[in-house]
Amino acid sequence: MAERSDSEEVKLLGMWASPFSRRIEIALTLKGVSYEFSEEDITNKSSLLLQLNPVYKMIPVLVHNGKPISEPLVILEYIDETWRDNPILPQDPYERAMARFWAKFVDEQIYVTAMKVVGKIGEERDAVVEATRDLLMFLEKELVGKDFFGGRSLGFVDIVATLVAFWLMRTEEIVGVKV
Amino acid sequence: MASSDVKLIGAWASPFVMRPRIALNLKSVPYEFLQETFGSKSELLLKSNPVHKKIPVLLHADKPVCESNIIVEYIDDTWSSSGPSILPSDPYDRAMARFWAAYIDEKWFVALRSFLKAGGEEEKKAVIAQLEEGNAFLEKAFIDCSKGKPFFNGDNIGYLDIALGCFLAWLRVTELAVSHKILDEAKTPSLSKWAENFCNDPAVKPVMPETAKLAEFAKKIFS
Repeated sequence: MAERSDSEEVKLLGMWASPFSRRIEIALTLKGVSYEFSEEDITNKSSLLLQLNPVYKMIPVLVHNGKPISEPLVILEYIDETWRDNPILPQDPYERAMARFWAKFVDEQIYVTAMKVVGKIGEERDAVVEATRDLLMFLEKELVGKDFFGGRSLGFVDIVATLVAFWLMRTEEIVGVKV
Repeated sequence: MASSDVKLIGAWASPFVMRPRIALNLKSVPYEFLQETFGSKSELLLKSNPVHKKIPVLLHADKPVCESNIIVEYIDDTWSSSGPSILPSDPYDRAMARFWAAYIDEKWFVALRSFLKAGGEEEKKAVIAQLEEGNAFLEKAFIDCSKGKPFFNGDNIGYLDIALGCFLAWLRVTELAVSHKILDEAKTPSLSKWAENFCNDPAVKPVMPETAKLAEFAKKIFS
């Protein structure tokens, strides 16, 4: 897909429908990094994936000059620290701590809670929707007075929260509920 | 900076609270320790961490920072010129440290905690299998990260040492309670040696709870 320079070899094992995989592509694109994308069939994981991520056996996995990195937030920080143009994380230590906090919140709270809606009906479903809405309110407060979580431009939390902007909305359509 | 500028809301028995305490010690940053009473949450805690309502919370000039590993990175970023670096300098080494720290919280510690709650023999066996797999991963990670030095971070303790080492007292308490050696020198020799070195580190010793005191506390809260 993309050209590969002799000095850098960047490969991403990912999946088109995964918000965790897509966010890595967004980051690499923002940084202008050429990479080779390898689509994984998660119902039939490749031996390469199992070899590169023996702990979780999941995408995304970034491979840079032969060295694999797993876990979406870890990969994002690695990308930010390796390719310094167009910084994703803020410079100020407190802002960085806040960005990391909210990113973790999106992945561990919003995503996990929202996904519980799958397969639920009636009162149980209402409870999940209510819980997700409460969590989203925390994020809502962070956007007051700003276009992006990162301020004037896309930052760490914006990239992570594409999960909310895109995937949550798609789930709403599929499941038939508005959060 | 005046010591009143840095406060930490926490509790002596919490391994998560130990993390920022060790980091602050490494950076020689004086701080006021605001001890929470077990079983209740102070107004300050609820105000400072409205999202999770959990300790630890670092208050730096009244600005709260939450989540133990995030606080440790904040301490490293803020007091970067003081004391040793808590995170490694190479981006790949940093990624490895963060990866394993996340694994420890999401998988390893969850397994350890469930050991204490495990009911029958079958459940216990399942947890033991999980922990042994985890320990094997961590033994290899230690060999890879330490590159022959005493700690995950090399010559000095760092982010990943702190992320795992904070659980050592609870590990010992669990071993006593279930009469089973979880960290076995025979199976994980490097990790066992590391554990000893970690507990003896001057930044760790003052904040590591005594096993006997912790065991008594555990009996109280799990009864």
